[in-house]
Amino acid sequence: MTESTMKAPKKALRPVKWMRENLFSGWFNTALTLAVAYLLVTSVGPLLNWFFLDANFVGSDASDCTGAGACWLFISQRLNFFIYGFYPDELQWRVDTMFLLLAVAFVPQFVERFPGRKWLGLFGIFGLPVVGYFLIPGGTFGLEEVQSSKWGGLMLTLILAYIGIIASLPIGILLALGRRSDMPIIRGICVVFIEVWRAVPLITVLFMASVMLPLFLPEGVNFEKLARALIGITLWQSAYMAEVIRGGLQAIPRGQYEAADALGLGYWRKMGLVILPQALKMVIPGIVNTFISLFKDTTLVLIIGLFDILGTVQSTVTDPAWQNVAIEGYVFVAFCFWVFCFGISRYSQNLERKLDTGHKT
Amino acid sequence: MKKQTIDTRPAGPKPWNDPRVRSLFFQAIAIAFVFWGGWVLVDNTLSNMESRGISTGFGFLNETAGFGIIMNLVPYDATMSYGRTFWVGLTNTLLVSAMGVVAATILGFIIGVARLSSNWLVAKMALVYIEVIRNIPLLLQIFFWYFAVLSNLPSPRQSVDVGGALFLNNRGLYLPEPLTQEGFGIVWGGILLAIAAVVGIRIWAKKRQLATGQIFPTFKVGVAILVVVPLVSYLVAGSPIEWDIPALKGFNFGGGITIIPELAALWIALSLYTASFIAEIVRSGILSVSKGQTEASKALGLPNGLTLRLVVIPQAMRVIIPPLTSQYLNLVKNSSLATAIGYPDLVAVFMGTTLNQTGQAVEVVAITMAVYLTISLLISLFMNIYNRAVAIKER
Amino acid sequence: MGNSMTDQTLTSETQTPPKDQSDKKPGIIRVEGMHKWYGDFHVLKDLNLTVDQGERIVICGPSGSGKSTFIRCINRLEEHQQGKIIVDDVELTDDVRQIDTVRREVGMVFQHFNLFPHLTVLENCCLSPIWVRKTPRKEAEASAMEYLERVKIPDQANKFPGQLSGGQQQRVAIARALCMKPKIMLFDEPTSALDPEMIKEVLDVMIELAGSGMTMMCVTHEMGFAKTVADRVIFMDGGEIVEQAPPHEFFTNPQEARTQKFLQQILAH
Ligand SMILES: Nc1ncnc2c1ncn2[C@@H]1O[C@H](COP(=O)(O)OP(=O)(O)OP(=O)(O)O)[C@@H](O)[C@H]1O
Ligand SMILES: [Mg+2]
Repeated sequence: MTESTMKAPKKALRPVKWMRENLFSGWFNTALTLAVAYLLVTSVGPLLNWFFLDANFVGSDASDCTGAGACWLFISQRLNFFIYGFYPDELQWRVDTMFLLLAVAFVPQFVERFPGRKWLGLFGIFGLPVVGYFLIPGGTFGLEEVQSSKWGGLMLTLILAYIGIIASLPIGILLALGRRSDMPIIRGICVVFIEVWRAVPLITVLFMASVMLPLFLPEGVNFEKLARALIGITLWQSAYMAEVIRGGLQAIPRGQYEAADALGLGYWRKMGLVILPQALKMVIPGIVNTFISLFKDTTLVLIIGLFDILGTVQSTVTDPAWQNVAIEGYVFVAFCFWVFCFGISRYSQNLERKLDTGHKT
Repeated sequence: MKKQTIDTRPAGPKPWNDPRVRSLFFQAIAIAFVFWGGWVLVDNTLSNMESRGISTGFGFLNETAGFGIIMNLVPYDATMSYGRTFWVGLTNTLLVSAMGVVAATILGFIIGVARLSSNWLVAKMALVYIEVIRNIPLLLQIFFWYFAVLSNLPSPRQSVDVGGALFLNNRGLYLPEPLTQEGFGIVWGGILLAIAAVVGIRIWAKKRQLATGQIFPTFKVGVAILVVVPLVSYLVAGSPIEWDIPALKGFNFGGGITIIPELAALWIALSLYTASFIAEIVRSGILSVSKGQTEASKALGLPNGLTLRLVVIPQAMRVIIPPLTSQYLNLVKNSSLATAIGYPDLVAVFMGTTLNQTGQAVEVVAITMAVYLTISLLISLFMNIYNRAVAIKER
Repeated sequence: MGNSMTDQTLTSETQTPPKDQSDKKPGIIRVEGMHKWYGDFHVLKDLNLTVDQGERIVICGPSGSGKSTFIRCINRLEEHQQGKIIVDDVELTDDVRQIDTVRREVGMVFQHFNLFPHLTVLENCCLSPIWVRKTPRKEAEASAMEYLERVKIPDQANKFPGQLSGGQQQRVAIARALCMKPKIMLFDEPTSALDPEMIKEVLDVMIELAGSGMTMMCVTHEMGFAKTVADRVIFMDGGEIVEQAPPHEFFTNPQEARTQKFLQQILAH
């Protein structure tokens, strides 16, 4: 048939046709394409050189960084500090165990149809904090105690984000229910709580937690700096969490509430068995998104003197033993955050798409 | 209101089974709990402050601050009061926020539209920008601009010189400052005249359209008037502006406007970061207008430009504005990261230095939080008014 | 209460005619001088109605006449503001315990099914027997399966509601209500969200249920159903009960002008 004779030339012309349609349609687009392409060509070369070709990978200290490119030595030499902070070397297996468990619990979440991934997820949410509570600080089960002032680096970043999100979830649920309650005073209290925390920057909350919390507590009672920061972060985050969950509650059709009422379920059963399971599932993407912002926001703790991953890097780039390594340090931290945040946000977008199309199982 | 006639009711339920009584009971408990908690906090705080010898009250606002601030929009020196430091910090916060809002909006709209461009390369570049920038912590970006880029600029003597009027070095960006001379009143008059003329033309064009159906090119003519009339009056008045051009004096520049590196780093980082979020908002706003709308409008015979102006943009803006305002609010809150690089914003000056010197944590934190609360309430007030206006249009 | 439960359970396959009046309780639902307002809008005006046990009532009337509101007052999904509603000797007041008691005795089927999408069909059915009646799970599941068989979808028990057709969903909703072993069933336009071929399967289940002697109140526009099943047809308009009569009288010889007009409109198409 004619079809087969017509197909061949079409195929051969495809890239040209594609380029004409997508890159060079009209003078404006052509100019734009050329300009962007020029920028790309002129910048990619030097960047590649700096990153890889002229970069220094081997050696032991600053004097080995002789090339014109990046001094990646700096990262590899201080990597232990960036990941564990001041956590003693011989006890770092405890942190490694937690990293491993974290990966076991959450990496399968990206693989659809992974057997038992739901249970792994639940372990990650409920079991992991318990394991970590005993493992990281030690002091029980014959584990040597490690003061929280020695925690730092990536490990501390993960602890802050993780506890912040897990602890704020139940508080957020209660606040969201309270905000939708028909008791005006309960509603009022929840609205004020939520709106005040949401209005103020995290920095002020952290300042408050580090400066004012000791004043609020009765004499003799005191928390470590890390615990104070966690209290601040949790309260602040729970306000955001409450708003996300409220969105889910609002999206549940009224018929669901009525059907539960008609079956004679009381308030807590109605919420716990019928409404919240649906609402929470619906807002998982929203919760994941708040997690991403919290994860990025944990960097702020360096302002009150905790050494999260950015804090450890920031404190070493000014180290006189190394010169001009700020960019390398920042690129390293940026890369760590980017991998986490981009991966998680992709996951949440997939989830959103699946929920959108009503793919229910 | 509910109509209630109690007489037709039988003897009421036992109080503990009556939802009204229950709800009152729970609310009373909640109130009691809040008051009790508040009282415990106040009590603890007062006794703690007493034992540490910290005074209370807002009297400290009138005491001499005694520290310098590297940038001030309102007049300030170290002999002024703590109250004055508050204003310096607040104006600095508002300045960087306003600059950030403007830049982030422009950049965000450009990138958002680029993301939807039919040009593959441009769309992909916009995507890369968005995905890279918004997944890296803002604080890190601020550090990057401040410590890695701006502090590596040449010293004042080797400044980057743009046309002999604009200088860039590691002490900041130096711009010429326009100083209005005598006779500038004429230019003001010209500007006012132009605005009045444009308003007049709009009213006239609308009336004419109602009467005859003819459409007057208001926009183009308006822009022309706004440019030409002030320009002519400027020339007529004899160019009454003198530029104060920065010049190297000793080790540093003097004269002109200085943008200190702290402000520049914060501004650049805030704008780039927020723009990546705004771009996504713009993109989804435009996409939210269904294809059917464009098709319907084209079927009515409206040309592309009008379809965009009368159908797509109004609907997209309805979707864009609410999340956009919350991005503005985020930007204002994020400007408090200034503390980390020493830009003297409200948090750095007031919650930082002033709090450290006076020790009056409760008062200082309360004032600072009140400021942010006010800003956020103002923004949500604006949001509500806007939403109401849009909702009315919907019917 | 307990002993009378046996004759509502759907254990007999045969469509037994209503049993002898002697073991029926008169006035299982009593509505006396009931009024309801939405804000200032007077939706229900002085309603009076007595329903005996085993009686099947069909309520019809034009849209917005307050049928749904009325039927939802009976299990207190809506609150009335004046008058009395007494269900199985329990008066609906502000007393939460009495509301709970009534809701346990009254099953309800909604126009839009309102199945819980996150639970399987079986879990939907077992939810309130387990949590409200405190039935052991095994027992609850067994009895749920029985009811699912009655509504002819036992094979769908482990599917989720979203995977069923509309007619199947509505039958699950009926089974779910029956699982509480209610004395009274309320239906609010159970078939009006369904396609014609699905209407029949739901109506068949309802007819069978009526045959088993269940007390039913049913808002519907299915006049065929009213004619074959109902003991009484109630016509509502503007928030009032305009007329009530046995079906043959109601359809052949309506007394009120408003009823006549309504019937003309309904029968016209
Ligand atoms: N929550 C509410 N608030 C205010 N008015 C309401 C509310 N619910 C219903 N109404 C009004 O009460 C009247 C009766 O409503 P109802 O739903 O009982 O009518 P209906 O007879 O069931 O109509 P349909 O056949 O369309 O379902 C209607 O005029 C409706 O507008
Ligand atoms: Mg209805």
